[in-house]
Amino acid sequence: MAPLVPSQAELDRRRLVDINLETVSNIPSTDFPGHWPGESHEWNLEKFRNEFNVEFHRNERFESSFSLIGVDASIANAFRRIVMAEVPSVAIEFVFVHNNTSVIQDEVLAQRLGLIPLKGSVDGINWMRWFKKATEDDPEGSDPSDYNTIVLRLDIECTKNPNADATENDPRKLYKNAHVYARDITFHPVGRQEQFFTGEDAIQPVNPDILIAKLRPGQKIDLEMHCIKGIGADHAKFSPVATASYRLLPDIQILRPILGEDAKKFAKCFPKGVIGLEPVTREEAAKQGSGYEGHEGETKAVVRDAFKDTVSRECLRHEEFQGKVKLGRVRDHFIFNIESTGQFDSDVLFLESVKVLKLKCARWKRGLADLMR
Amino acid sequence: MPASVHSQDQDQSMMDATAAAPQEQEQQVEQEDVLEEKRIIVLPGATETAASFQFEGEGHTLGNALRYAIMKKCVLLFIVSVVDIVEFCGYTIPHPSETKMNLRIQTYDTTNAVEALEKGLDSLMDLCDVVTDKFTASRDAFNASEADKMNS
Repeated sequence: MAPLVPSQAELDRRRLVDINLETVSNIPSTDFPGHWPGESHEWNLEKFRNEFNVEFHRNERFESSFSLIGVDASIANAFRRIVMAEVPSVAIEFVFVHNNTSVIQDEVLAQRLGLIPLKGSVDGINWMRWFKKATEDDPEGSDPSDYNTIVLRLDIECTKNPNADATENDPRKLYKNAHVYARDITFHPVGRQEQFFTGEDAIQPVNPDILIAKLRPGQKIDLEMHCIKGIGADHAKFSPVATASYRLLPDIQILRPILGEDAKKFAKCFPKGVIGLEPVTREEAAKQGSGYEGHEGETKAVVRDAFKDTVSRECLRHEEFQGKVKLGRVRDHFIFNIESTGQFDSDVLFLESVKVLKLKCARWKRGLADLMR
Repeated sequence: MPASVHSQDQDQSMMDATAAAPQEQEQQVEQEDVLEEKRIIVLPGATETAASFQFEGEGHTLGNALRYAIMKKCVLLFIVSVVDIVEFCGYTIPHPSETKMNLRIQTYDTTNAVEALEKGLDSLMDLCDVVTDKFTASRDAFNASEADKMNS
């Protein structure tokens, strides 16, 4: 017996998560074997390859937006979680304070330094290995070396500016180095790091204007920072993204005609560009049962671009639109937005997350083989 | 801290072999140690077709994705109809302060729990390849069309 094939209307219904005035319904995925009697929902790689699709909306260096279409929420969510918490990046982890006479305490200063996003040669960062911290089980840990530690220094002293005007009030003009910025951090390559991190590719803060501390004459900060590779699960400073999020594609269906002043009001319930206003054509007005009979030339509301909708449900609050509109979200259309902190390109980060998931599976498969031995 | 995700696919050709040899070896050992730590434990009470596996150092990320992949498994028997081989699959994080993930698999007689898990991991890896291919193709096409727009 061949598997039953559901009708197109039924498939369309299953593809939507319904959004009602106060509730959501039709929420969980049902595309599993055994859920719908007689239907096959077996995993099929060829089918997935044919149905899965990626659409790009924006691809800038540090921010990209794209849609993954035809994938389950569990998979899309895995990629999102991995991008945030498991794709490695380099950040300041150890701060050795030689001297700090500023008003900001050592530990607070160290915390601030850790959160500064760094950039540098991507090849070099990929070449870097993990630095294993000393633990109770392993009191040795790794030795800092060129392949696991990057050394940065911050050595700055505030002095009076002898050339300042006597009536000057601005401390930045009155003193030298009154403000310490991320750009004052210097990079000190060791060993093979000199091959990777040269010129523009040197390790440096992504944003040079981050304020680190404020000083007054006589105060100084002298410290050495060791950067290592880490992951966001360990500390948020290692997360390579500022945000990584997805939303489901909104779906708006106008079930019965919305005309005239109502149409204008309806359009105002949505962000600009979602609902368009068009005149009712002669053909539509001539068609029996379309609801447009005798309304030729009047304005009607049409869905122009549901992508731009925020699904505020405003239209559901109004009496006049009751039963005329149906809101939903497409269950398997994930609109991703990934914003990099600057260490990697945003599209590369997504590819990294896919790679991480695959390596995870490969590692657990080996673990399973060990279990069976 | 969870083990390296980059360690296996790194290009080591830039390494200065003579100077770094002892370090290199030490590192290899170190990383193998990290990999060895990854162990699946079968919780007590398991039978051939029903077992709970404990994954250390995993969470919802792999748990939910793997549950999906395993639940999608079934076989087509020619005469009868579609017969699924996985009766049940679910995962749980028993306690939020432990980085452990328990995965329960119950299958029908046509297979066993370990095989279902293995197939689940396989299909997840295949899926990752497809996603990478399609993503790269789509991105390159998009970049090309953007470049065209800039030029014209």
